[in-house]
Amino acid sequence: MSDTAQSTDKDERIKEISKFRQALIRPELGGICGTIIVFVLFGIFAGNSGMFNAQGILNWSTVSAQFMIIAVGACLLMIAGEFDLSVGSMIGFAGMMTAIFGVTLGWPMWIAILITFAICMVIGAINGIIVIRTGLPSFIVTLAFLFILRGFTIFIPQQLQNRTIIGGISEAAEGDWLAPVFGGKIFGWFFNMLGDAGIIAVFERGTRAGEPVVNGLPMLIVWAIILVIAGHFLLTKTQFGNWIFASGGDAEAARNSGVPVNRVKITMFVTTAFCATIFAMCQVFEFGSAAADRGLLKEFEAIIAVVIGGALLTGGYGSVLGAALGALIFGVVQQGLFFAGVESSLFRVFLGVILLLAVILNTYIRRMITGER
Amino acid sequence: MADRKPIIQMKDIQKHFGSVIALAGVSVDVFPGECHCLLGDNGAGKSTFIKTMSGVHKPTSGEIHFEGQPMNFADPRDAMTAGIATVHQHLAMIPLMSVSRNFFMGNEPIKKLGPIKLFDHEYANRVTMEEMKKMGINLRGPDQAVGTLSGGERQTVAISRAVHFGAKVLILDEPTSALGVRQTSNVLATIDKVRKQGVGVVFITHNVRHAMAVGDRYTVLNRGQTLGTAVRGEITPEELQDMMAGGQELASLEGSLGGTV
Repeated sequence: MSDTAQSTDKDERIKEISKFRQALIRPELGGICGTIIVFVLFGIFAGNSGMFNAQGILNWSTVSAQFMIIAVGACLLMIAGEFDLSVGSMIGFAGMMTAIFGVTLGWPMWIAILITFAICMVIGAINGIIVIRTGLPSFIVTLAFLFILRGFTIFIPQQLQNRTIIGGISEAAEGDWLAPVFGGKIFGWFFNMLGDAGIIAVFERGTRAGEPVVNGLPMLIVWAIILVIAGHFLLTKTQFGNWIFASGGDAEAARNSGVPVNRVKITMFVTTAFCATIFAMCQVFEFGSAAADRGLLKEFEAIIAVVIGGALLTGGYGSVLGAALGALIFGVVQQGLFFAGVESSLFRVFLGVILLLAVILNTYIRRMITGER
Repeated sequence: MADRKPIIQMKDIQKHFGSVIALAGVSVDVFPGECHCLLGDNGAGKSTFIKTMSGVHKPTSGEIHFEGQPMNFADPRDAMTAGIATVHQHLAMIPLMSVSRNFFMGNEPIKKLGPIKLFDHEYANRVTMEEMKKMGINLRGPDQAVGTLSGGERQTVAISRAVHFGAKVLILDEPTSALGVRQTSNVLATIDKVRKQGVGVVFITHNVRHAMAVGDRYTVLNRGQTLGTAVRGEITPEELQDMMAGGQELASLEGSLGGTV
């Protein structure tokens, strides 16, 4: 009796936890497992379909990168304890605003882009301020903005141009310094080198004969990588990151300890709007047009990617890297089903199933962390 | 204790909420290194009183002297900066976050990288482990989630956090009311350790036995008024219990329950 009482270094009531089990208790677990499963499956069933040659990889990594960009914003916001359902409408709205400023009104494209960013981030802040001031669930407030923004995205071009698709953006952006930051490609020399070395295929015929089939890394993917790294750094390494966790974990306890919860939450709403606008810019300058139906359902896809990535819907827990893996799974499956020749409507079935599995797994992991039964 | 000056003195504090008189002239003083127990039944005005002390409420009348100076706290942050920390029974820790992230929540150690304020994890982890060891809590590691700690351990983490960040007066709002026997004794032991470091502890409770275990002085509140302050050894638990109940009616009840209340 007296012996056990004196051993202060070890507590006999704390069971040793194996390194393996400890490695399991992390938000990214679901994302890592899912990624491995998905790649193995498609490696088996679509390995010969061209999914893993240069073009195929570019195809699914572009789609994944799209999901990643909005997932980073949604992830940080969810960890801070809030939702944004207006992301999809924001994407359509931002693209349309740029088209109207740059094409319809004929302003220089860089001005159009910067003003669009300003407008969208202000709307994000308004979302946040309404949620904080009224104390209403962000679910309802941003649902309202889902409809408000989508309505304006259809209404404004119809009034000005009598249509809901505005083209001619590529021509208007010719020679602009800012537009290529979203629509351009980089590292072309590197891909040329790969093509010359025979590592990736080159065009055999036509005007581009001799050029590699993939002639650069799209800025969309570059943005996705930048945002994921920046988001992960912000969340895990900075003071602000601690505030994000605290605000979502228990806003009242955080306030008692002096965390500026309101500022943190509003900043996260603005960040989400920023990510949605980046997405919209990349899309607009890639397609050369803006359409009123762009970004439909993206808010849910972002949230699903985040949840697959291990974040809790109730806030206070999650990982940007996990969300990025969730987005990768999403993109690989969506495009992989096409490569594997599976009926594409089954994608939705898959989505529902994986969402359910992810949430169940997350609940289990949380119980392990907090030791609840 | 007579030669020392009280760290905080509350003189004849009144607090009215509209037509309700929550506090009708309460006087309490706390010396450094003592545990002053504030006892009272539900509705006695304990919460209003400590909220006045911690700057949440402004007194309707009365004076607060902190370290000999008249004080007028505009908000809880003011009181916190001055060195008055409140540990609430709930709302102190975030279960999903690690102990070290919780410990430094709102007071993060900063390492500058240009304009970016980095969270100094290395420092935070080291200090957390040291402080927890002092309080007798064995952590698996600084990244262990607070959710895995027991209620008593969470209170202890919250208390040692307040002391680490320079609390001179520590207000504990019913820290033991939801705890089991073993956990309660851990928290009481923590209070004892903190007191020995020279912190003035205000221990709110309605459990006379918990108060008797660590208290140096006892003040009983009843219906917004002080029924006097007693020094340890000059009062019996039964007398305290009677004062809290505000009369003798409990005495007969207690008799029929065999002294178990």
